[in-house]
Amino acid sequence: MPQASQAQPEQSTVKDISPTIMAIGEFWKAFRKNKPAIAGTFIVVFFILLAIFARFIAPQGINDQNIGIRLQPPSAAHWFGTDDFGRDIFSRIVFGARLSLRVGFLSVVGSIIAGTLLGVIAGYFGRFLDVVISRIFDILLAFPSILLSIAIVAILGPSLNNALVAIAIVNIPVFGRLVRSRVLTVKEEEYVVAARSIGMGDMRIIFHHVLPNSFAPIIVQGTLNIATAILDAAGLGFLGMGAQAPLPEWGKMLSDSREYIQNAPWTVLFPGLAIVLVVVGFNLIGDGLRDALDPRMKN
Amino acid sequence: MFYYSIKRLLMLIPVLLGMTLIVFAIIHAIPGNPALTILGTKATPEAIHSLNRSLGLDNPWYVQYFSYLKDILSGNLGTSIQTNSPISSEIWPHLAATIELSFVAMIIAVFVGINAGIISAWKQNSFLDYTAMILALIGVSMPVFWLGLLEQWGFSIKLQWLPSIGRDDIRNSVDPITNLYLIDTLLRGRLDQFWMVIRHLILPAIALATIPTAIIARMTRSSMLEVLKSDYIRTAKAKGQRMIWIVYKYALKNAFIPILTVIGLQTGLLLGGAILTETIFGWPGVGLYIYNAIQYRDYPVIQSGILVIAFIFVMVNFIVDLLYGLFDPRIKYR
Repeated sequence: MPQASQAQPEQSTVKDISPTIMAIGEFWKAFRKNKPAIAGTFIVVFFILLAIFARFIAPQGINDQNIGIRLQPPSAAHWFGTDDFGRDIFSRIVFGARLSLRVGFLSVVGSIIAGTLLGVIAGYFGRFLDVVISRIFDILLAFPSILLSIAIVAILGPSLNNALVAIAIVNIPVFGRLVRSRVLTVKEEEYVVAARSIGMGDMRIIFHHVLPNSFAPIIVQGTLNIATAILDAAGLGFLGMGAQAPLPEWGKMLSDSREYIQNAPWTVLFPGLAIVLVVVGFNLIGDGLRDALDPRMKN
Repeated sequence: MFYYSIKRLLMLIPVLLGMTLIVFAIIHAIPGNPALTILGTKATPEAIHSLNRSLGLDNPWYVQYFSYLKDILSGNLGTSIQTNSPISSEIWPHLAATIELSFVAMIIAVFVGINAGIISAWKQNSFLDYTAMILALIGVSMPVFWLGLLEQWGFSIKLQWLPSIGRDDIRNSVDPITNLYLIDTLLRGRLDQFWMVIRHLILPAIALATIPTAIIARMTRSSMLEVLKSDYIRTAKAKGQRMIWIVYKYALKNAFIPILTVIGLQTGLLLGGAILTETIFGWPGVGLYIYNAIQYRDYPVIQSGILVIAFIFVMVNFIVDLLYGLFDPRIKYR
């Protein structure tokens, strides 16, 4: 047995390490040199931990009201002060991380799935379908995103989940176009032509060659889109088209406390800071991923 | 160039038609009977029926769509449920307010963004570069409405330097001609009012300009970095041209195409961001018009407001497309 295990490593260094693992290793080498991207990762991980362990971190529940201590400035007992119902703002922000991250992740996953599907259909099968899908993308992109989200929420009714769906729909063309253009390039590559000539089916070509080659730009765009999705969700919440009271969504918290800004500016300051920080985090990671995954910038 | 413009203009037609179809579909997908919304919950079935007939709501959808299209082409944007007056006449003052605000915000964004980007690229990896890029990062990550609230708190409530709400003072209101107040006050020769309008513009325009400024700065920086490495810039340096001249005259011209694209795309963001900015600053533009319509469920106004803004966005990008050739003669139109 010992002999066998000694003989093994020599071969494995060359043959057994899959290209995926090698690619990940190479990516990580580039990514970890990028200090801002690492800082962004720390910020995002911090908020994810905050969201997961909110129950243990938040000193109070999100709806623990105490009118006796309403609009108190930050203190040792209430780090970020209290709002007009005497609720602890710090606790609400901690629980709010769950809502914002959920909207960010789920809406982007939704747009990626739908966008990839449509992009592959348009790019791979081409012709009539391509014309129709591409024109629909053009038209959807002609609307300012927040306005289109508002219109969709107007149909579905104002709620955080509907805001999530609206943001996902609005971003479908972004990923659709991206995937379509990758598919158009990859389709003409020699290895795909070779795969087709040995009789590989469309589905296999799409899943084995086309999609893996679209992976990097989707991840980069997806990360940057989480940032804008969080901003848009906060904007919709602020306009009353997203999360409804008493949910501690950061945008909604801002709009609820704006009338107290004169005497209790902390009610407005901290929810906004939370939004900025988490969005900065995702933007830093997105920029870092682009630098690490985009071969043009690597050179 | 002429043929290209015509071709691009023709290509706009399907996009514009698609936009009307989407807006039409959205309003028809909204649950509830529009007649019921207009008449209120106490309406009799007969009244609803007759209103349905007079509005053409009992026709099949494609008949309704074509009559909607015909209305739009003849300049009829429908009637507001809330005020019962035609939207096409109601919307202009709002539109003018939004155009004025967006235009000033865009000027700020282009001026500050391009210069910050140039300085960053010129002094790459310097303290100035890092500061500008950190500010740009925060700028793109900033919720416009939060910045607006902080501005109001700092500059209106605490320092009391600038007004926090509206386009003019109620006791000294502008007598509109074009509804673009900067122009109207000048036309009437009221310099005091002109200054007042500018003071009202500053805070909302800065809030609205933040994100575009940051994006333009980042784009300018990367675009300039690429151009500054090119041979003709090295030649200019070797000839002993002054750096400021090289940067602003030779480099910027070639770096401008991607910047121009970003400016075009940012207009959409600006018009979309206007709804948030206008809500905070009580700026009576299309954004606030739509926001109020949302509160009253005034769907014809929401519909037309969105359509008008999307239309402007498409047209701005069309103009940007035509401007490419002006800045870069190497681009040939076919």
